[in-house]
Amino acid sequence: MASAGPALQPPAAAIVRPRRESTSSWPLVDRLAYWLCWAVGIGLCVVAVGIVVFMFIKGISALRPSLFVESPSPGVLAEKHSGGFLDPLIGTFILTAIGIGIAAPAGVGIAVWLVEYARPRWLARAVESGIETIAGIPSIVLALFGLLLFARPLFAFLSGSASNGTVGGQSFLNAGIIMSVLALPLVVGASREALLQLPARMREASYALGKTRATTIRRVLLPSSRTGIASGAVLGMGRIIGDTAIILILLGTLKLEGAGGAPVLNTLRGTGSTLSYYIYYYAPSGDGNSPQKAYAAGFVLLMLVLALNALVTRLSKGLSLGTTTWTAKR
Amino acid sequence: MSTLPPPVRRIAADRHPRVVAPTAPGEGSGNGASTAVPGAAGGSAILARRRAARPAAAYPPEERMQIESVSLAYGEKWVVRDVSLPVRRGEVLALIGASGSGKTTLLRSLNRLTEITAGAGRAGRITLDGEEIHEIEVNALRRRVTMVFQQPNPFPMSIFENVAYALREAPGRRRRARRATLEPAVREALRRAGLHDEVAEDLDRPALSLSGGQQQRLCIARALAADPEVLLLDEPCSALDPISTAVIEELIVELRESVAIVIVTHNLQQAQRVADHVAFMHLGELVEYGTAEQVFDQPRQQRTRDYIGGAFG
Repeated sequence: MASAGPALQPPAAAIVRPRRESTSSWPLVDRLAYWLCWAVGIGLCVVAVGIVVFMFIKGISALRPSLFVESPSPGVLAEKHSGGFLDPLIGTFILTAIGIGIAAPAGVGIAVWLVEYARPRWLARAVESGIETIAGIPSIVLALFGLLLFARPLFAFLSGSASNGTVGGQSFLNAGIIMSVLALPLVVGASREALLQLPARMREASYALGKTRATTIRRVLLPSSRTGIASGAVLGMGRIIGDTAIILILLGTLKLEGAGGAPVLNTLRGTGSTLSYYIYYYAPSGDGNSPQKAYAAGFVLLMLVLALNALVTRLSKGLSLGTTTWTAKR
Repeated sequence: MSTLPPPVRRIAADRHPRVVAPTAPGEGSGNGASTAVPGAAGGSAILARRRAARPAAAYPPEERMQIESVSLAYGEKWVVRDVSLPVRRGEVLALIGASGSGKTTLLRSLNRLTEITAGAGRAGRITLDGEEIHEIEVNALRRRVTMVFQQPNPFPMSIFENVAYALREAPGRRRRARRATLEPAVREALRRAGLHDEVAEDLDRPALSLSGGQQQRLCIARALAADPEVLLLDEPCSALDPISTAVIEELIVELRESVAIVIVTHNLQQAQRVADHVAFMHLGELVEYGTAEQVFDQPRQQRTRDYIGGAFG
């Protein structure tokens, strides 16, 4: 509507710009607190940069292309012959896929129910506190619970069994299910925020066109909150990639070891590891005796997580589409 | 005292609003009441000329909805009391009144949008073509009585998808309609809303890239796509600039031929420009109902005179 007239000329008078507020008039306590906050902020940056730079130097010098294509050989102490992290890398992807494959639909479903329905009230409150409880459980406790649960004969189909019929309880499927519990609160939280941010008039607009609640959710609300949902899923993936305790208890072998059966199912029901477990194994304090490999794997893991974080930032800015932001004029 | 800035704001507040539209001598006091409303009467003389320029409806008005002794409540609080009004195709009914007079609630009750709010209740009858609207399935009702809101609220999708959404997902239709099947109807709706020429080239543009006035016309197109019998407009121009407002007002006058229109507005000049009948509501009660000329030029009630004279509201 605005007409594109000639650009305004700058005024002849000198331009007045406000001077920065000086702290000299502040009480001493406030000044101290101010400088302390400032110093802590700088300190945080130093720590973050330090970690990345350290891992970068250590990792790059230890990184060899062969590491990506060789399977690890646990038990071989000579660094030359202990192989690479191909299996843990594959394991990381398998586990992340299973975990987020369960957590994303379940989490979005919970978030939709909490925001759009939430009746009866007491049930909604119970679900909310359930999510909070899960978010607060240490992952090693979750893993322990998972092992006890999945070692029952009922869940024998999820993992391999010993020759005497004892259910192992360790497998990618089991670990993936527990990992999804770990990621669930992040997905629910982000999706819920995204749905709550959609203005009421968006829902009204849809209802006023004679659309049912379900149609409104499926065709308007979920597409409109997809960036928030995607951010939650990516955060959940980061959480899964980084967790070690669940791998220790529910997977626990460096190499992929099948449990028999059909090709893909064989691997899923079998055991293996992820990069985080690999680092744990080869860390200077671990059993592997090849700390160089831990640095290399640590570097790769850090890069994966940083890439995911960058993706979250990108998504939350809505750069991917540019049309998903609702212009709030009031 | 000398350090204080000059009292610019006070001067603006002190100025009497009536100066804006002064009464020409010998004009506008036809009602002969002691409290003449110079502003409103003087303004309406100018507006009457603009009204005269607009085309009369080609068909005689035909009754679509009937509001019979309707009272509306949120919880224990009654916000509309005992209102009866006809809604006719071929004319525009404007609901005017101060904030809190219940006009928006009344409007929203016409397609049962009040039911979204928990605790909303109703007494009295509202009928659409003789059928009580509670007897009609709610989503079917809302396709026959659609609504446009105060703020333009297109969905964050393309222009095409915004309009197509109103046509899709209709009950009894299993498969998603193909784009080619929907396109003629989408273009027709955009044409009726007077937006087609501006967007015809690129229907895949994001709807939110349109200007505010275009967005509101897109919302009107969306509301028209389902071919409703009644169109409800809740202050459709209050977020728009005067040029966009004029475009939409022209559109409203045009549309009343094919669809019954109810408009809620705070803008009295707008009501005078677009409405055939005007209902003035105050504190939940219907104070006065009549043709636009009668309500604005010869209001029967003191409260109407006060309101259109600017004494309150």
